[in-house]
Amino acid sequence: MPFIPHTEEDISVMLASIGANTIEDLFDEIPPALKNGSLQVLPGLSEMEISRLMLERAETDGRYLNFIGAGAYEHHIPAAVWQITTRGEFYSSYTPYQAEASQGTLQLLYEYQTMMASLTGMDVSNASMYDGASALAEAALMAVRSHKSSRRILMPTTVHPIYRRVVRAIVKNQGIEVVEIPYCAECGHTLVESLAPYAGQDIAALVIPQPNFFGVLEPVDALTDWAHSNNALAIGVVNPMALALLTPPGEWGSTGADIAVGEGQPLGIPLSSGGPYFGFMACKQSLVRQIPGRIIGRTTDLDGKTGFVLTLQAREQHIRRSKATSNICTNQGLMVTAATIYMSLVGPEGLRRIAAQSHANTIALVEQMETLKGVKRIFSGPLFHEAAVTLPTPTDAVLQTLKNQGILAGLNLGEHYPELGNALLVCATETKIAADLEKYVEHLRQALA
Amino acid sequence: MLIFEHSRPGRRNYSQSPATAAEIRNIPQNLLRKTLPLLPEVSEMDAVRHYTRLSQLNFSIDTQFYPLGSCTMKYNPRVCNSLAMLPQFLARHPLASEDTGQGFLACMYELQEILKDVTGMAGVSLTPMAGAQGEFVGVAMIRAYHEARGDYARTEIIVPDAAHGTNPATAVMCGYKVVEIPTGKEGDVDMAALKAAVGPKTAGLMLTNPSTLGVFEKNIAEMSKIVHQAGGLLYYDGANLNAILGKVKPGDMGFDVIHINLHKTFSTPHGGGGPGSAPVGVAERLLPFMPVPVVAFEQGTYRWLTEKEIPQSIGRLSAHMGNAGVLLRAYIYIRLLGAEGMHRVAEFATLNANYLMVELSKAGFEIAYPTRRASHEFIVTLKDLKEKTGVTAMNVAKRLLDKGYHAPTTYFPMLVPECLLIEPAETESKQTLDAFVASMKEILAEAHAQPEMLKGAPHTTPVRKLDDVKAAREPDLTWKQSS
Repeated sequence: MPFIPHTEEDISVMLASIGANTIEDLFDEIPPALKNGSLQVLPGLSEMEISRLMLERAETDGRYLNFIGAGAYEHHIPAAVWQITTRGEFYSSYTPYQAEASQGTLQLLYEYQTMMASLTGMDVSNASMYDGASALAEAALMAVRSHKSSRRILMPTTVHPIYRRVVRAIVKNQGIEVVEIPYCAECGHTLVESLAPYAGQDIAALVIPQPNFFGVLEPVDALTDWAHSNNALAIGVVNPMALALLTPPGEWGSTGADIAVGEGQPLGIPLSSGGPYFGFMACKQSLVRQIPGRIIGRTTDLDGKTGFVLTLQAREQHIRRSKATSNICTNQGLMVTAATIYMSLVGPEGLRRIAAQSHANTIALVEQMETLKGVKRIFSGPLFHEAAVTLPTPTDAVLQTLKNQGILAGLNLGEHYPELGNALLVCATETKIAADLEKYVEHLRQALA
Repeated sequence: MLIFEHSRPGRRNYSQSPATAAEIRNIPQNLLRKTLPLLPEVSEMDAVRHYTRLSQLNFSIDTQFYPLGSCTMKYNPRVCNSLAMLPQFLARHPLASEDTGQGFLACMYELQEILKDVTGMAGVSLTPMAGAQGEFVGVAMIRAYHEARGDYARTEIIVPDAAHGTNPATAVMCGYKVVEIPTGKEGDVDMAALKAAVGPKTAGLMLTNPSTLGVFEKNIAEMSKIVHQAGGLLYYDGANLNAILGKVKPGDMGFDVIHINLHKTFSTPHGGGGPGSAPVGVAERLLPFMPVPVVAFEQGTYRWLTEKEIPQSIGRLSAHMGNAGVLLRAYIYIRLLGAEGMHRVAEFATLNANYLMVELSKAGFEIAYPTRRASHEFIVTLKDLKEKTGVTAMNVAKRLLDKGYHAPTTYFPMLVPECLLIEPAETESKQTLDAFVASMKEILAEAHAQPEMLKGAPHTTPVRKLDDVKAAREPDLTWKQSS
């Protein structure tokens, strides 16, 4: 009887108080025809037994030298991040509706909002979304809500291919049209000229990835200005780690992007097969009442003491029901706890150095790869910490060979962009040292020989 | 004090970043950031102390009893966390090939199979990342099903007035009009109203059973018949699955689609507001529309099924496969419980709820549906108390914080005036429940003797009642250097 503390005596006293003979009597309002107690679940395990099983399974999966990025990035996570995050007071607490009993979580979220607003250069941030992809979908919905006349979103094909699918899955039932914009085959980013066919049309928003899925940097100033001159909002979808180096969305073009979203995983969240991560969303002050999800505000208590509360709740489902800005209620609170502690531990200079080292490692890796015959960077545009590379032989076979040597060599880019042929997307973050890069290149040399 | 107020320019935590600043090559000047972001400049010890202290300002299951209705705040076993955080699980990249994740995928496949069994559904997809997303997926599948049959006339979703706010919000996100139906005196859905509401426009009905009123919808079989005969589908909001685990299967009640809140029934942590996880289960006819990816087991190997194998899928809801780490914690919890443990979850959650309901009634509290059995939760209404003393449900809830208990859910469901929705969960002992009843008795006495003191509650928490109106009227959402 795991996690049930009742003694036989407790049970009999409780049943007597209720006036029932057996626990089964308590289910007497359920029509007998519906009762079905059959379960195929195996008998329960002790903690020792489940530990053994899970250790075996973890060992089956092993550890690899990883060069895959594509939206989820391996960065060093300070030990303190998860030791504090998994303290019971954070780990097992509820959504902070009871503000007086949740000041720890609420203050932390206010600090998080401050950090994210500054990192993105925006006025306000919400307290998180599910992940980067769903945050982009919510940004598209938000743009349509605030635009009023248009239900059309322009989406460059340099945006993460899965993000594009997620956006479509989430917005399609609301009659929103997502138009894809092709990229420049030579430079690997979106050209303002490719937006020309849509100039003067009614458009709710232009999505601008930075860096884009190829790791290439987009001409964000020109794209943002194009959106604004066409009465559309500019939505930046950004890597928060890159923002330690790059111009934040709030400073793009002459007036800045309107909404910034992205995947928060690089900020202290482990890769863990894809989740839980967290999405972030920040925007200009003028859009604050359109933003979905939780927002924390600073206020005072009866004695004038500073405190924190969930605020602007008139946007939310538990108040507005069918008229809410979104159905979202839970966000990714614990992940944000980790990210906030991560950003505090590394600080502004630390984050900049981690980003710079990731940038330098990727460039060093690509330069060494390019010494091999038939291996070449595909695009000429500037890059952050990821690069698209063409290979002389089929990508899958190369990936398989390197995997057998314990190396995850990157993502097969041709799966998402068939026009690129034998292409690989590689990433070397600050976690890689010179010997790792040499090992990668040496095994790649052998695989191509 | 905010972390920013501990910050000093130039203070660094040297062990947590590269010793030298690498040269930025290849990035044009106009794309580079001109000023550093406003992040704290503190030592590692400063940060550790600050966030440890903040944690101590929280209530949590590890420190307090949460009789929080509709939220199933049960103990989160520590081993579920430590095993889900084994280094191999944490390090695995989501896009690494399936053969590097057979151990992880085995857990996911078995979890899918167990959830199918527990809910009586034909298929399960693990991808939704929270209850609200599970609901979205469920209703999107209902829509995809009707449209695949060429039936575009169904534009309405029926929702009882006692439903969670996410139900109507979700229906709207899926492009539907919401038709609300009332609840009868005994807490069941008004059957005449349901009959009048269904028709050729009905896409489906969203229902929680046991309902948010804490009672089992006795007419569920008939409701199911009415909706199905009208051509609609039945959606089960799994918020209260804890009450019927191993007793009744939603599939047997006639539901076509269900979401399961793993952070409730299967004890994954609430984390101060997420991450949740809400796998969806579907009946046979909705299998072609399941969100991807789904794990398959073929010839001794686990692999992902994607849009290729499930071409009519409603698509993807996240960049990868949902909240993998949360799913692992739920899997570990389920394997600890086993079949016998699962039966006992519903039994003892129900025993605790009925005992607490009877004891509070004896202590002088008015039960909203006194003729009904409690499921795993029940409602106390303080309408009379408010009329006599001016003390509200909110005052009582806040006073409970002073006594060291998290407040019950208040003012939900909205149709019961001055209500407290109370759910004790199976992991609490009789002694904890007795102590809670004693505190509630004290509060009742205080309501009559010192109503003004109660209206000023809480008194002992780190802050007292906060000014919500000021927070909303003069939003202060980020700290500014000058402030």
